[in-house]
Amino acid sequence: MSQTFPVRIFIPSDTTACALGADAVADEVALQASQRGLDIEIIRNGSRGAFWLEPLLEVEKEGWRVAYGPVTSRDVAGLFDAGFPASCDHELCLGETGDIEWLERQDRLTFIRAGVTDPLSLADYKAHGGYAGLDKALGISPSEIVDAVLESGLRGRGGAAFPTGIKWRTVLETVADQKYVACNADEGDSGTFADRLLMEADPFQLIEGMTICALAVGATEGYIYLRSEYPRALQVLNQVIATATEAGLLGDDINGSGRAFRIHVRVGAGAYICGEETSMLESLEGKRGLVRFKPPLPAIEGLFGKPTVVNNVLTLAAVTTVLANGAHHYQEYGTGRSRGTLTVQLAGNIKRGGLVEIPFGASLRELVEDFGGGTASGKPVRAIQVGGPLGAYLPESQWDTPLDYESFAEIEAMLGHGGIVVFDDSVDMLGQARFAMEFCAIESCGKCTPCRIGSVRGTEIIDKLRNELTEDRQNPANLELLEDLCETMDTGSLCAMGGLTPMPVRSVIKYFLDEGQ
Amino acid sequence: MSSSQGNFTAMVASAVQKYADVAGGLMPLLHEIQAGLGHIPKDAVATIASGMGLSRAEVHGVISFYHDFHDQPRGQTTIHLCRAEACQAMGARKLEQHVKTRLDIDFGGTTADGRYSLEPVYCLGNCACSPSIRIGDEVYARVDADRFDEILGGN
Repeated sequence: MSQTFPVRIFIPSDTTACALGADAVADEVALQASQRGLDIEIIRNGSRGAFWLEPLLEVEKEGWRVAYGPVTSRDVAGLFDAGFPASCDHELCLGETGDIEWLERQDRLTFIRAGVTDPLSLADYKAHGGYAGLDKALGISPSEIVDAVLESGLRGRGGAAFPTGIKWRTVLETVADQKYVACNADEGDSGTFADRLLMEADPFQLIEGMTICALAVGATEGYIYLRSEYPRALQVLNQVIATATEAGLLGDDINGSGRAFRIHVRVGAGAYICGEETSMLESLEGKRGLVRFKPPLPAIEGLFGKPTVVNNVLTLAAVTTVLANGAHHYQEYGTGRSRGTLTVQLAGNIKRGGLVEIPFGASLRELVEDFGGGTASGKPVRAIQVGGPLGAYLPESQWDTPLDYESFAEIEAMLGHGGIVVFDDSVDMLGQARFAMEFCAIESCGKCTPCRIGSVRGTEIIDKLRNELTEDRQNPANLELLEDLCETMDTGSLCAMGGLTPMPVRSVIKYFLDEGQ
Repeated sequence: MSSSQGNFTAMVASAVQKYADVAGGLMPLLHEIQAGLGHIPKDAVATIASGMGLSRAEVHGVISFYHDFHDQPRGQTTIHLCRAEACQAMGARKLEQHVKTRLDIDFGGTTADGRYSLEPVYCLGNCACSPSIRIGDEVYARVDADRFDEILGGN
């Protein structure tokens, strides 16, 4: 008699899938299978980021998977009645996962394993190409690692888009008795979840990326500064750091190389400003998250006054691909000076929201219409905010702009962290402009006046403007005053918080105020 | 000294000992005290300061800077309601009104029965399925007024 194996069923464990009931689905699948005497194994994978299909169940066949979604716990008994998991003729069946057009059209490099593997399994990570980058890095000199990152054209994915290799070179060449790698996992922009997905779905990639960075610059200690809003990511990171340490991939002797590197996770406490790199460093030191003056650059005087690489989660993750596949492979993706892939997050009022990884250069329209399918409400799209709360609101006339750093800068907008938030025609645009100022007032660290006071004055002026508009007695002086204030904040603030808050405000004035708002 | 105050003094002292030599240890220390006691009592500031080699003003400065830290007792569970743009685009402002009316509290408040405190949050990273709320460590997606009542009823 031949040996039979249990049927493997994948049910995501990430925040969004669970927020939509994935835990209850997993419990119900286990219950139904045991009642029917079926031999199954449930694997809690990460999500593929097709959040509009979550909870997305997958059944493993010979080398491929069949997807079902979105599945609620109430659907599960019906699925089993229809022959699940062996075969299943059910309206929730989506066919082979790899053939789902929304996924199939993407070019995944950083998120290639997301939703495919068990995030907590080191063996699974390695079986899918993980730690190939570290192996390469251990075989070459620190300077050669930095060269590869430089050649790849990789730029910081956190928003500022600074060339990663230049930052690493500075830290490498600065002499010090101690250096640090600090991962900025304080992704606070509304409409973004790529960092969270990576940490929950493929966390070893971040650990590997940080380790490669440490080898390149000569750091022995690393910190992940994680937002407190991500409790699941915290659990996952703590678990995989313990696993990697046990396996000798972190600790005193990485893979027998004689090199040491340890990673500590530090949890933020709800301050948006701590996503700014110098504020984050202050917080890591146990202080108020006040923004520092630059210079000195963190690469020269960073954490505890020592040379520090501060990179975002996706930047450090991308380094594993650069090392594993070579700088040229990475360079081949993208357009102009924006190389590699861009992770776009489709959010807000959108029918098919989730994570889309594609080369730089696609248009906003393509993303929102083709991938996103328009609004969730079915109403026309009125505005799209790109790049988080400090990003511009764009009207239809701007949706053909290619998604790359330079093209967006040209239209006084920014890609930021790749968050795309869609609003339908019920949006109150002046209200959105006011919120930008209000948010800045709430989250300003308070160190510089344009940001701390300017944001409060901004909300007041916008309130006046609204009153004038409703009473149909326009006073051009207030619009002028608002523009003047925006200029003061833009040019006089210490960091991007006060400096970029005018961006959404100005975009509302420029594009939407004439339309009766 | 009441026994509850005795307990908190012992808890704070042992936590301070744990983090006294940890680089940048004040943040994890404050998180641990708040997780254990539900808030960071004002009376604990002097112990924290002397144990960490800081002034009381520095410790108070850190506690008051971060939205997550509280120096007053709180409800048993915190409800975080997302006020950020992606949730706004899906009706978060309307949900906010409903939640405040239903719980009969504003942001920063605690329900009369002491079960819930309500706080705003700016993004839970669940923006493709907005509006989002977080109750304790659980995040809920696509929450409207009815769904909120249903979740609260089952809690």
